[in-house]
Amino acid sequence: MDWRDEGIVLAARRHGETSAVVHILTRAHGRHGGLVRGASGKAARGLWQPGNLLDVTWRGRLEEHLGQFTGELLDARVAGLLGDRDRLACLASVCALAENALPEREPHPLLFEGLRLLIGALARDDEWAPLTVRWEAALIAELGYGLDLSECAATGATEGLEWVSPRTGRAVSDEAGAPYADRLLPLPGFLIDAEAPTDRPAVVAGLRLTGFFLERRLFPALGRPVPPQRARFLDRMTG
Amino acid sequence: MVGPEIDRLMQLLGRLPGLGPRSARRAALALIKKREGLLLPLAEALTAVAESVRTCAVCGNYDTQDPCAVCRDERRDKSLICVVQDVSDLWALERTSAFRGRYQVLGGLLSALEGVAPEDLAIDKLVARVRDDAVTEVILALPATVDGQTTAHYIADALEAEGVTVSGLAQGVPVGGELDYLDDGTLLAALNARRPV
Repeated sequence: MDWRDEGIVLAARRHGETSAVVHILTRAHGRHGGLVRGASGKAARGLWQPGNLLDVTWRGRLEEHLGQFTGELLDARVAGLLGDRDRLACLASVCALAENALPEREPHPLLFEGLRLLIGALARDDEWAPLTVRWEAALIAELGYGLDLSECAATGATEGLEWVSPRTGRAVSDEAGAPYADRLLPLPGFLIDAEAPTDRPAVVAGLRLTGFFLERRLFPALGRPVPPQRARFLDRMTG
Repeated sequence: MVGPEIDRLMQLLGRLPGLGPRSARRAALALIKKREGLLLPLAEALTAVAESVRTCAVCGNYDTQDPCAVCRDERRDKSLICVVQDVSDLWALERTSAFRGRYQVLGGLLSALEGVAPEDLAIDKLVARVRDDAVTEVILALPATVDGQTTAHYIADALEAEGVTVSGLAQGVPVGGELDYLDDGTLLAALNARRPV
């Protein structure tokens, strides 16, 4: 059997002298692994780099087999990011999160589109940092640990939301949260208001917020630690 | 078909990079046919290397003496260190005879997938050498891959406090390369790294 899809390379592990086992996040087939013959060869080694968008074909005798990938480059985004510390750290972090958090062969088209947009923004001069926070929030939500930022958990207010409860993941208004400020997580405005500022402190607050739920909820449930690339990315953004 | 000794020779040769079972059989046969001229000298050379090879305590290169020939060479510029992933990269750079400084072999690249953390690499050793040997420039000759450049940025961060110049290899059109045959990524890197002519 075989299929063809668009996919973003998440990880490639060397297999033998010239081949690699590659994991790709595809639009319709989710995170999918496959063997790539000649992945370390002259012609192909630039292709199977995390972050590259490919037109991939998967072939296997049976569906449950590892199978083999062949691919053609649609967008060589990685090459433009290699020299930029912050963007490369971001790319490595989101690819590692997707690789480690998403179940295999389960479609998550929303996350695929989000990652495609995010990597496109990384390659241009768009606002990639707030997009990263939004993508991480979407990842947490998609896997069942979503934040509820629609109203204050205590008062039901929809205005003045400034905090998130680390216990419930629900928003808390400034007024209701003030007495517990030291125990609540700051909520950056851009997560609820597209017009809100997306400066570095707001992005860092967003990364700390999503980081908390990645570290305390999502990854413990998966039985593995948050990949170290995430901590390196946060270090870069706070350093 | 053959005795266990020859079978073992073929099996061992088949484990070498670039050799499969068929080519290992051919190599074994060639060795046997040239017993005096090739097989015995090779056996002697293998024994000699196995007995004397060691890892250089300074840079991580392989040699029969410690420190290695590169680190012992007084004519080399001590203020320059070129950081490479593996000994094979060091030997590749030495083939060019273009670099007259010293090296540091990292022993791999940062990779969560392969479980390689900063403490598994010779990064602390590099920082200590930069501090102790009055190094003025560190050249990061690491692969142009996500892992390679992530490692390069990590090292650059680690060296920030040392006040040393940190540079990386250029990326772009290879010698003899025709643009039509280059992949998009290489072309993009070449355009980004353009320079006045």
